[in-house]
Parts: sequence; C-alpha cells; structure tokens
Amino acid sequence: MSDTQISNAIDRIKQDVAANDVLLFMKGTPNFPQCGFSGQVVKILGFLETPYKSVNVLEDPEIREGVKQYANWPTVPQLYVKGEFVGGCDIVREMFQSGELVGLLKSAGVPVKDAQQS
Amino acid sequence: MPMAASEIERMIKTALPDAEVFITDLAGDGDHYRAQVISEAFRGKSRIQQHQMVYAALGGQVGGVLHALALETAPPETA
Repeated sequence: MSDTQISNAIDRIKQDVAANDVLLFMKGTPNFPQCGFSGQVVKILGFLETPYKSVNVLEDPEIREGVKQYANWPTVPQLYVKGEFVGGCDIVREMFQSGELVGLLKSAGVPVKDAQQS
Repeated sequence: MPMAASEIERMIKTALPDAEVFITDLAGDGDHYRAQVISEAFRGKSRIQQHQMVYAALGGQVGGVLHALALETAPPETA
C-alpha cells in the first residue's frame, strides 16, 4: 500500500468525519459485527437509539490503515462525534457507563435516548 | 502471534517507570489481554491521550501482534 493510497484514504476519512455527526469505523456492519469490540459499540449506540453512519474497514484495506494514522490510534472500532475522535471500545464503554456519552451526544445536538429521564 | 503478559508489562514499565500494571489474559490464548495501568504520567491527560501513551509504550504491537488490548488507565488516586 503506497503513501499516496493512504493519504487519499485519509482525505476520504476527513470528508466522512466532517459530513457525519456520529461516525463509527468498525469491523463488519451494525447487523453483523465481525469483532466483539465493534459489536459492543454498536450495542451501546443501539441502546441509546442514536443514528450514526458506519464504515466497515474490512471492506477497504486503505481505510483500515488510514484510520489508524488519522487518529493516531492502532485499533478499530473508532467513534467520532461532531468531527472529534471519542475513543475505541473501552473508552466508549466507560463513557456510556458514567453517563458522559449521553452528555456528549446531547451537547452535540444528536438524538439520544436518555434512560434516566424516561 | 501471541505475546507474553510479562513482555507487555515490561514494555509499559520501560516507558512509564512508575506504572503499576495489572494484566489479565482474557481468552487464555496470549492474544487478548486486559491491562490496567496506573501512572502519575496520566494525570491531567484525556483518556485518549492516556491510551495513546500505552500504545506508544508498546511500540506499534497493538493492532498487529496483539489483536486486542483492553485498556483501563488512570492516575494514582490522591488520598
């Protein structure tokens, strides 16, 4: 894989991150996650009923390599909210459990089900 | 390709000498670990920065040799 291919992939990643309020790079799809860590993030976003776009990195080796460089983060999944990298599975789960994730999504103006208010 | 828990601990402690490191082999296959890392170096850093420091300590092994390393990081509690 050439540097040009990676830098083209990073350009596509930047566009996707800018164009989607909630964006998840994952292995597999929300219906068929192909890694337990990606599956955990899908479950959390599903529980919160938050709409998001997902990108299956297994379908695109250049994106798979590009997201690692883009975020300086070696693994997938990666969650982005309003253009900001939020974290991988561990951080997303910790933030979900502490309520920070709901706060972050709300302050981003993204639809989210707040279990504490319903 | 598996990596020994002792090697993970050694690499983290080389980069973060004060770190307390607890490693659990989640699947018993030498490929899925959980690492809990406590270090003063994390104080004032975001979670993302804390995890990036551990990934850097492991020199690019995470995502390659190590399929997955579940991470929990924190500075020591100040009593």
